[in-house]
Amino acid sequence: MMSLFKNPRIRGGVHPEARKENLSDEKIVTQFPLPKTLYIPLQQHVGKPAEPLIRVGDKVLKGQLLAYSQGLVSAPVHAPSSGIILDVNDYPAPHPSALPIRMIVLETDGLDEWFTSPVPEDPFQLTPEDISLRVGAAGIVGLGGATFPTAVKLNMGRENQIDTLIINGSECEPYLSCDDRLMQERAEQIIDGVRLMLHGMESDHAVVAIEDNKPQAFYAMQSAAKPYPLIEVRQIPTQYPMGWDRQLIKYVTGKEVPVGCRSSEIGVTIHNVGTAHAVHKAIRHGQALVSRVVTISGGAVGRPMNVEVPLGTLISEVFNFCAVDLEQTARIVMGGPMMGDSLPHTGLPTVKATSGLLALTQHELKSSDVQPCIRCAGCVSVCPAGLRPLDMANNIRVNQLDAAVDLGLKDCISCGCCSYICPSNIPLVQYFKYASGEVIARQQAQHKSEQTKRLMDDRNARMERIAKQQEEDEKARIAAKAERERLKAEQAAQAEQESLA
Amino acid sequence: MIVNMRPKSGAHIGVKANVSFIMWQVMLALIPATVFGLWLFGWPAINLFIVTLLSGLLFEAVCIRLQGRAVKPVLMDGSALLSAWLLALTLPPWAPWWIGVVGSALAIILGKQVYGGLGQNLFNPAMLARVALLISFPIEMTTWANVSPLFFSQSPGLIESWHITFSGLENIDAKTGATVLGMIKTEFSQHHVLSEILQDYSGFGNFIGWARGSLGETSVLLIGLGGLWLMRQGIIQWHIPFSLLGSVVILASIFHLIDDQHFISPLLHLSSGGLVLVAFFIATDYVTSPNTQAGQIVFGMGCGVLIFVIRTWGAYPEGSGFAVLLMNSATPLIDYYIKPRIYGRDRQGKPLEIPKS
Amino acid sequence: MYVLSAIVCLTILGLVLGLLLGIAAKYLKVESSPILDEIEALLPGSQCGQCGFPGCRPAAEALVDGLAPATMCPPGGSALAEQLAAMLGLDLDLSAVKEPELLVAKVSEDTCTGCTRCFKVCPTDAIVGAPKQIHAVVADACIACKKCVEVCPTECLQMHPVEVTLRNWRWTKPTLSFDESKLGQAL
Repeated sequence: MMSLFKNPRIRGGVHPEARKENLSDEKIVTQFPLPKTLYIPLQQHVGKPAEPLIRVGDKVLKGQLLAYSQGLVSAPVHAPSSGIILDVNDYPAPHPSALPIRMIVLETDGLDEWFTSPVPEDPFQLTPEDISLRVGAAGIVGLGGATFPTAVKLNMGRENQIDTLIINGSECEPYLSCDDRLMQERAEQIIDGVRLMLHGMESDHAVVAIEDNKPQAFYAMQSAAKPYPLIEVRQIPTQYPMGWDRQLIKYVTGKEVPVGCRSSEIGVTIHNVGTAHAVHKAIRHGQALVSRVVTISGGAVGRPMNVEVPLGTLISEVFNFCAVDLEQTARIVMGGPMMGDSLPHTGLPTVKATSGLLALTQHELKSSDVQPCIRCAGCVSVCPAGLRPLDMANNIRVNQLDAAVDLGLKDCISCGCCSYICPSNIPLVQYFKYASGEVIARQQAQHKSEQTKRLMDDRNARMERIAKQQEEDEKARIAAKAERERLKAEQAAQAEQESLA
Repeated sequence: MIVNMRPKSGAHIGVKANVSFIMWQVMLALIPATVFGLWLFGWPAINLFIVTLLSGLLFEAVCIRLQGRAVKPVLMDGSALLSAWLLALTLPPWAPWWIGVVGSALAIILGKQVYGGLGQNLFNPAMLARVALLISFPIEMTTWANVSPLFFSQSPGLIESWHITFSGLENIDAKTGATVLGMIKTEFSQHHVLSEILQDYSGFGNFIGWARGSLGETSVLLIGLGGLWLMRQGIIQWHIPFSLLGSVVILASIFHLIDDQHFISPLLHLSSGGLVLVAFFIATDYVTSPNTQAGQIVFGMGCGVLIFVIRTWGAYPEGSGFAVLLMNSATPLIDYYIKPRIYGRDRQGKPLEIPKS
Repeated sequence: MYVLSAIVCLTILGLVLGLLLGIAAKYLKVESSPILDEIEALLPGSQCGQCGFPGCRPAAEALVDGLAPATMCPPGGSALAEQLAAMLGLDLDLSAVKEPELLVAKVSEDTCTGCTRCFKVCPTDAIVGAPKQIHAVVADACIACKKCVEVCPTECLQMHPVEVTLRNWRWTKPTLSFDESKLGQAL
């Protein structure tokens, strides 16, 4: 009964089949064969793309800076292995559309020779600002999938006086187990990373939240955190989307983040366990973020595993290594099966956001046989954001986008619970993504039409001015001509008079 | 092979239950009460049941055909069958065949297809048909056959049942009577009190269903069990049935305690008429009930209060059909006023204030 | 008697109301249609003529007079059609609106002679350049009116579809497997 009062109610949510049984007991595979070529996108984060500072033909070392961060919210990109730069050009991005995006192509030399930045004796002697700088320089972004630059978040945390740092170890997406394994195998490093982040934010309380279906990870993290009373390791209920930052903040601290605010404004910030591990590597070993642990799973995968791959490795190579049967694969998904997006083919690189690569069979997929909505309201009861997906989708279906916005379209987090539960197989999330994009496009069109009007008014005004000017010039010219003629006539008259005289 | 290259958004996985699965589960839950009802009222009831279901399917098929859509997948979703089934359960068991046909037409065409088909209707099709029949054909709709189970000596045989269903019932008075609620209503109008009226009333008989009544409404026990099973399967939630039954029980208890000679007891309320069937199978209809849990509780309570009011003071002995239709019409209003609070916003939709620490 | 009084009452009522209407029509008369200006403000104002009218003002007049459907303006697309329909209280059949294919003018650098004719006609000053220099189009300001294409002597200015990039890529609207259009007709 007490716990009922202590923990705020978790809203909505679903309990999908976890599908991670085997993988969470198997060690992370670290001997992934180094690919011949790596394709490194310049934008693997939220914000502005990085700006390349190498030239084709340059020889680079592993961890060497390839492109520097540009603007306030951005992150640099480093070489995932040593080798020679082959090309800087547009290649298909790991995105549902597979449209081209700028990438650096690196031909590896097989030596995998590190370039590390100098490492401080005792990082806790560094100033918090210095921690942020080093984290930023290592190209670390949120590895849970949001890819927000971590240094920016640390800075915001320092400015807002964070009283709780939450480390998100919930990993609520089915299939994925990379964070679970990371916590089991590298608990000390993660805890060290958490301490460094606390130092970087000048904060003194951290909560590591782990879903209660990962007891091994929980015990490992608890024993690693034992020497540090600042860090509390806590079990949270297993439910999707427990890892949604705002849900987790509400559950752990009882605070609700107002719409339009960042969580740091209410004194809480949240980082993923993978990010904490990357922070540890950057500051203790001077290694930039050049690889990540990826879960390869799904019904069409012959050897499912958690594997550490260099960033920029093509998915086809990862799938080869894991014996994926492409004949069986009905859909390739990057990320988890709830929030991840489909990819059209395997010729796309892995990036910092790639927490999982799933090769799903037709049997695993939700049916795409769409039936009419029967208003079962399952979507309303599972929505963690408190929306009414069925009403929103009905409005969008008949192009009433404004009505959908009024119903809370912009508060949708695309968690996928509604699509998951819908007995009519209506692709609700896709409706919301479409509508959000369309709303933005309309705003842009509106903006453009205003700009067009302004430009035309300017031009018309200018034309008028020029015409007026010309008219005046003409008048002046005529006047001058008349004057000249008058003078001429006068002179002539004078001359005549003189001659007469 | 990647079948569809077009971008697909999550969730890529999902529950396996689809619309037809839900419909078939509901029908499965109705089977015990239906089988009991068919056995209890014998061959004429079976005839009526079959006629109603078949005509329901036929009307659905005709409507779909007229819209130029493929008939088979729509029929397979089971919604028309379920509507006709529920309608059949609420008909007097020995009603003539055309009551079933007209009822199905009302339910499927007027109750559902004119609104645009599955998911679009404002009113529960089965209840709409039942109420329309009750108002249009009051005699046929209030002729309640005596209990006459299959294979009992005084029950009609197969051949006789065809006479009853297809050419009308002869010797009505010997074979029919009033339902408990109907009898109480009549007796009240003659200024009798409950202790006189209910002298040979068997509470247990009513509870297991050994009483006059609609084809499938008599056995509260079997309907209730079916409903609870549906709840366990996660097909329906507890909010509507419990708030509906709860408000009837509370109101009935209060009035029964005040005056136990003029207000029937909550147990009698529960075990007679269509109350339990309505609570578990009709009011819980997804399409015509509110979306939110709070809204569903309001909806259930509204139905309960209306049923009690109509039964107690209204002209009709049973009010569940009217109550459901009235609350169906209030559903959009309930959904408009009772909405979930959006995360990070207050009830009015304004962003929350940043707490001062 | 009753019949007579009813006839008298209704006659008086009719006369009084008719008188009121007459007075209202005389004293509360609206001089010109203010909606015309509002509609003209909604239209893109580029006078492109794609609707078949000689400019946005005549198009607005046609809309007000009911001579043109709300879906008349191709550059405005369905968003504008919805706004117009809402303002004029028209029925809207969006299936008739083809989302305009977004176009942008591009200068082919091989054939541009720097004649400056194009940027003199550009209504939004979207073409920049100087005499005898290769011109360029500012894509964000181009409204695809095609006026430059008409005046270009070397055909180096051509309209191209706007390239889809990750920045302007959008999710498409899901299509339903059960026949939605048929359902709409039945409604």
